[in-house]
Amino acid sequence: MDHVSYLDYKGKHKGLAGWLLSTDHKRIAILYLVSLIVFFLVAVTFGVLMRLEMLTPGRTIVDPQTYNTLFTLHGVIMIFLFIIPGIPVVFGNFFLPIMLGAKDVAFPRLNLLSWYFYIFGAFLVILSLFVGGGPIDTGWTFYVPYSLRTQSNVTLAVFAAFVIGFSSILTGLNFIVTIHRMRCPGMTWFKMPLFVWGLYSTSWIQLLATPILGITLLLIMMERIFGVGIFDPALGGDPLLYQHLFWIYSHPAVYIMVLPAMGLVSEIIPTFSKKDIFGYGPIAMSSLAIAFIGYLVWGHHMFSTGISDTSRAIFSFLTFIVAIPSGVKIFNWVATMYKASIETRAPFMFVVAFIVIFSIGGLTGLVLGALNTDIHLTDTYFVVAHFHYVMFGGMGLLFFGGLHYWFPKMFAKMYNERAAKWGLLLFVIGFNTLYFPMFIMGYLGMPRRYYDYLPEYKIYHIISTVGSWILVTGILILIINLIRALLKKERYTEADPWGGTTLEWKVATPPSLENFDEIPVVEHGPYYRENLIKPEKSH
Amino acid sequence: MNNEAAIGHAHRDDLGSKMGMWLFLFTELLLFGGMFILYASYRYMYPDNFKVAAMHLDTLIGSVNTILLLTSSLTVALSIAALQRKQTRFSVYLLMFTIVAGGAFLVNKYFEWSTKIHHGIYPKGPEMANLSDGEVIFYGLYYVMTGLHALHVIVGLVFIGFMIVFILRGKQTFDNYQKLENAGLYWHLVDIIWIFLFPLFYLIH
Amino acid sequence: MSENTHTQEHPGYGLYIVVWAGLVGLTTITVALAGFNLVGLTVVTALAIAIVKSLLVTNYFMHVKTDSAVFKVFIFVCIAIFLVVIILTFFDLTYRFPLK
Ligand code: HEM
Ligand SMILES: [Cu+2]
Repeated sequence: MDHVSYLDYKGKHKGLAGWLLSTDHKRIAILYLVSLIVFFLVAVTFGVLMRLEMLTPGRTIVDPQTYNTLFTLHGVIMIFLFIIPGIPVVFGNFFLPIMLGAKDVAFPRLNLLSWYFYIFGAFLVILSLFVGGGPIDTGWTFYVPYSLRTQSNVTLAVFAAFVIGFSSILTGLNFIVTIHRMRCPGMTWFKMPLFVWGLYSTSWIQLLATPILGITLLLIMMERIFGVGIFDPALGGDPLLYQHLFWIYSHPAVYIMVLPAMGLVSEIIPTFSKKDIFGYGPIAMSSLAIAFIGYLVWGHHMFSTGISDTSRAIFSFLTFIVAIPSGVKIFNWVATMYKASIETRAPFMFVVAFIVIFSIGGLTGLVLGALNTDIHLTDTYFVVAHFHYVMFGGMGLLFFGGLHYWFPKMFAKMYNERAAKWGLLLFVIGFNTLYFPMFIMGYLGMPRRYYDYLPEYKIYHIISTVGSWILVTGILILIINLIRALLKKERYTEADPWGGTTLEWKVATPPSLENFDEIPVVEHGPYYRENLIKPEKSH
Repeated sequence: MNNEAAIGHAHRDDLGSKMGMWLFLFTELLLFGGMFILYASYRYMYPDNFKVAAMHLDTLIGSVNTILLLTSSLTVALSIAALQRKQTRFSVYLLMFTIVAGGAFLVNKYFEWSTKIHHGIYPKGPEMANLSDGEVIFYGLYYVMTGLHALHVIVGLVFIGFMIVFILRGKQTFDNYQKLENAGLYWHLVDIIWIFLFPLFYLIH
Repeated sequence: MSENTHTQEHPGYGLYIVVWAGLVGLTTITVALAGFNLVGLTVVTALAIAIVKSLLVTNYFMHVKTDSAVFKVFIFVCIAIFLVVIILTFFDLTYRFPLK
């Protein structure tokens, strides 16, 4: 019998090669996890350095050019290498097939290839720092005409983003086909776990939006290499069209980050509320709705750039509409928790923190989505605070939430829950100390992307920098706590530590190579409490 | 049943494979879609310049190339039909015709581009300074879009070349031809993109 | 199981050739029409013909007509998103550069 766990399996290749060449979706997920955490920590370091620079007015530790490079790299790494791949490539890869009752994704080799594209892209980013004109200084948005003129090595960096985008497309493609074709008997569309719905919606955005970014980046390369004048105002081009194309991708990209995170919330809440989810259908459909409406609002990133008034009004209006499906989700989550006997275990606390921080991010987003206020706040620290609340406090935090939820299943080790909760607390305190003052600074007019500032902002910058230290302490506690768990000798083989009802809690811990000895047959919805198996030792 | 495909790795899932191909085609479509957005925008901004510039493209070459691609698409479709009927040789000949037609398309494209380049009309070329903004953009789009399209033609030809090998080696047969069908889908997409490029660049008068 | 053996009846050579003839015919028409001055309608007619041609290719050469309905839905979604995006872009352009 092929009952060996995926961690112990010895295939054709031994040791490291057994991981680097494995097409097992679970091993690929771990490859992604390790790479993502590494890039995340690198970019965090850049963030902390920036905060250090802002501790005092004028030069503190770096000169302006280095500061430009720091925020560009920080942005590029966080966006393209951490948060966009984020939850789908790690938890999607690991759990999508298991949640559907399948043995792997539809195209396992393509899956491995995606990881190699991702790593190759990351390698090119690093290479771009050292060859040609050196590290990019354009900001992660690569806006023309500056990106066409700067001496720094934009061409290579942009190509790197193109390659990473390709990796993202392939993952999306793989997941869509997997969801359509690999569901086990009885797993109808409306019996899929809500995390799968989140992944499905995200995959469509990855598939249909990323090519637009791809071509836009290619055109920057063409302009820089051959001088094809398509965006260059000196040759009659319209730089605003660049911004249109860029945000046609990059706004939906926000939903690439957020939808899987919301799916994750929809998993964790029923598990710890010990109840079936309230409003399964509306939650599932609101994911699709958000994915679609997400295509209609990109203009809100361009309110102050001189696009026409009519389109500004339209985009502002459409932006408010996105709030509706998001509201539907929040309503149903709250309804699920209502009068439930909630177990406040560590993963659940991440969700609580997420909801608080994300709400602040969402509300300030509405302020920015409104035309009149945005004109005042755009390109200030208000925006910096806003997108950190949404992306970092929203998706970034939940990435760690998902890790704490699924860690025992993935690695067959249990971490110290108390330490995790303390780490989370420090994270939340540090997070708000770091970013909340930025709302105030921004409101008062502190512009973003400057290495220097007027003395009147000093107090906010000091608080913010201290916050970054608290935050980093929290992050380190969380990560070290998990690493210590990994180093434990004995295996944790509880199949269902939290009392979850979806299929991944029914397979052995750690999952066997093929996930299931026998393909399951599903009869009930994913959160049906009778689905619960009696916790039992599997080995 | 719909879900039967899920059982076991080894089980072949032709529909899944085709679905993967279609999804990939969408990404190609939107890649060009981004450029069509740019084309539409600039044509809107510079209608007269676009007209002038388009006059200088050779409608005859464009038309011949259109017919070439349409015919090569036909032969791919026919070749699948032939394989289904176990007419393996015929199927291979049809694919070979596709390759010839696609090759001819590229040769034409080569001559078309080199004439333009010869006249100094290319990005940063000597003639470009004498042209209006709209014309410069027109030619920029022309080179990027037809160039990217030509790249897709080359990739498509390589795919089809592989299919010939597969058929000859018996890896694609009358009851197992999903790879050939996928290559065909790709080739038809290349055709469709050209169906739009042709009137947009050659037929503005 | 049945999905892999392609049990549907195979389309005949004849149909493909008819479709091809239609495509060539439409190409001739669009080239011929370009010679006339159709005032504002040049783009519209050229695009209309191109759309008909691509419908022929997708439906017959690419078998969408006889294939599983899911592909029709997919294509619809893809085209819809593209159209929405281009229309929204033009809300900016047409008001920023009003036609004289
Ligand atoms: C400890 C963690 C972090 C710290 C200390 C930090 C700090 C900063 C600072 C100081 C800036 C520059 C503000 C300016 O001068 O304009 C910035 C920009 C940015 N951050 Fe973070 N950040 C952190 C985590 C993250 C995360 C997790 C993400 C993404 C999910 C992220 C995404 C960005 C982006 C996109 C920018 C804009 C870059 C640009 O202007 O091109 N950051 N961050
Ligand atoms: Cu946005």
